[in-house]
Amino acid sequence: MHPAFSVIFLTTLIGVAQGLFLAVFAIDLVSYIGLSELPMPSFIVAGCAMSVLFAALGLLASFWHLGRPERAWRAATMWRTSWLSREVIVLPAFLASVAAYGFTYATGSVWSIPLGVLALIACIALFVCTGMIYACLRFLQEWASPLTLVNYFLLGCASGFTFATLLASLLAPAYTEVLATWSIGLTTVALAVRAAMLARNARLRPKSTVQSAIGVKHPKVQQKSQGAMGGSFNTREFSHGRTRGFLRSVKWAFLLLAFPLPALLLWLGASSGAAAVLALAFAVQYVGLLAERWFFFAQANHPQNLYYQAIS
Amino acid sequence: MTQLALVIDLNVCVGCHACVTSCKEWNTSGVAGFLSDENPYDKDPTGTFFNRVQTYEVGEFPCTETVHFPKSCLHCEDPPCVPVCPTGASYKRKEDGIVLVDYDKCIGCKYCAWACPYGAREIDEKQQVMKKCTLCVDRIYDQAIPEAQRKPACVVACPTNARLYGDIHDPDSEVSRAIRERGGYALMPEWGTEPANHYLPRRKGTVAVDADQVSRIDSPLNVDGRIPGTLAALIAEAQAAADPASAPAAGGR
Repeated sequence: MHPAFSVIFLTTLIGVAQGLFLAVFAIDLVSYIGLSELPMPSFIVAGCAMSVLFAALGLLASFWHLGRPERAWRAATMWRTSWLSREVIVLPAFLASVAAYGFTYATGSVWSIPLGVLALIACIALFVCTGMIYACLRFLQEWASPLTLVNYFLLGCASGFTFATLLASLLAPAYTEVLATWSIGLTTVALAVRAAMLARNARLRPKSTVQSAIGVKHPKVQQKSQGAMGGSFNTREFSHGRTRGFLRSVKWAFLLLAFPLPALLLWLGASSGAAAVLALAFAVQYVGLLAERWFFFAQANHPQNLYYQAIS
Repeated sequence: MTQLALVIDLNVCVGCHACVTSCKEWNTSGVAGFLSDENPYDKDPTGTFFNRVQTYEVGEFPCTETVHFPKSCLHCEDPPCVPVCPTGASYKRKEDGIVLVDYDKCIGCKYCAWACPYGAREIDEKQQVMKKCTLCVDRIYDQAIPEAQRKPACVVACPTNARLYGDIHDPDSEVSRAIRERGGYALMPEWGTEPANHYLPRRKGTVAVDADQVSRIDSPLNVDGRIPGTLAALIAEAQAAADPASAPAAGGR
């Protein structure tokens, strides 16, 4: 598939927003039931504000993907059948509920916990919707797996917790270490799942062949022309247009940038308490996630490509 | 329930692209607006088409066959592109099974194109909405054109009659009979999309020879029951080869 940067930014940015909210709300809950000291209110409020900001940026990026953004509101209508439509509903709901939770927390209202629970439900639903948009396309075999959902969840959590660690080092230093530990743990589990995905995809056998595509059962079938010589939507939208070597480089880049490097920087930053190192950890991990998402799209081989293997 | 569809005979398609140009001509002139092209008369021309003819080589030289393969939306009975559409712009008509895009509702998110394993959908780069074969829905019901021409433009244009059109749910229709009697098949059956369009396979070149053709029934020398000897011998031989039990002994008179 052609990796569209609008979708890459959408999925990574809302991932950070969701992970960050989960981290903030987890700390709020833990202190609410009295298992730890109360965090600085500014930490919770700033966490919510940043979560809303990231989610809003993601929402903005998604408009970039549309050919007709002025009709985007129509996308909320088919929630009964379409995961994309469900995401279109749940993303603003998540945004609004996190904003409401942050606001009620700031004003000290008793409603902050119930609203937080509401945001939590929206957050989980958003992870499911985003993952299912890809996992439900059964003939994109690289995506049609529960691992896709788990990967989106874990990478969102890992990057969000990394940002929460940075925020804690500035506003609630008491929580820096525990958040860094969680962040490193989530990053490690995410690496295991991503590695499992890579291993699964490396072993995939395409269900469709050029024989099943045109219905000729001969073992040797070769395309000679595709009906157009200057390319078409089909040649632009479904291929990344890069070499295998480039793809491999991106894979190793994200395997390094999204996982071990930020984990190391998190450990360094948390043990020294240096916010700059933690900021670097988040920046490195986010760049790694951009590469990861690019690779996620580029690796998916659409069966329609069987019809577009030769120009003439 | 009706399911309109095309049945494409790969045995007679000669790859002339008349269906492609006819389709483009009809559909770029229609009420739904043009099908945009970029650089149509320049380097790297590209544009929106509902129908493309591709060519495949089957076998290994020198035993090769050329297969011309027209490809358009297959109007699946279980279309994977329809449920994924977030706006409802993509829909399948209940009354005739045609899968259509409402260009006024489409937001151009391209998700339906991702969900089509056949690559049948193409975005219009100028209008930024998804387009695909409509089975000439603005033509097949048009009372203003002669009834014989109320068929998709590609079907009317095909010089070898490789494209049949009709209701595949009606067991007596031309298309149903063709599918039944000539081994009609669906593309990529492994995904369970149940394409309505079917393809008729290539057949190996056999020529059915009729006795009348051999004996030259119009020969001035011919007398019924008493035909020139050498031809009679040939006929007897052919009959013996076809059905040894009932044929008279070869030899002629």
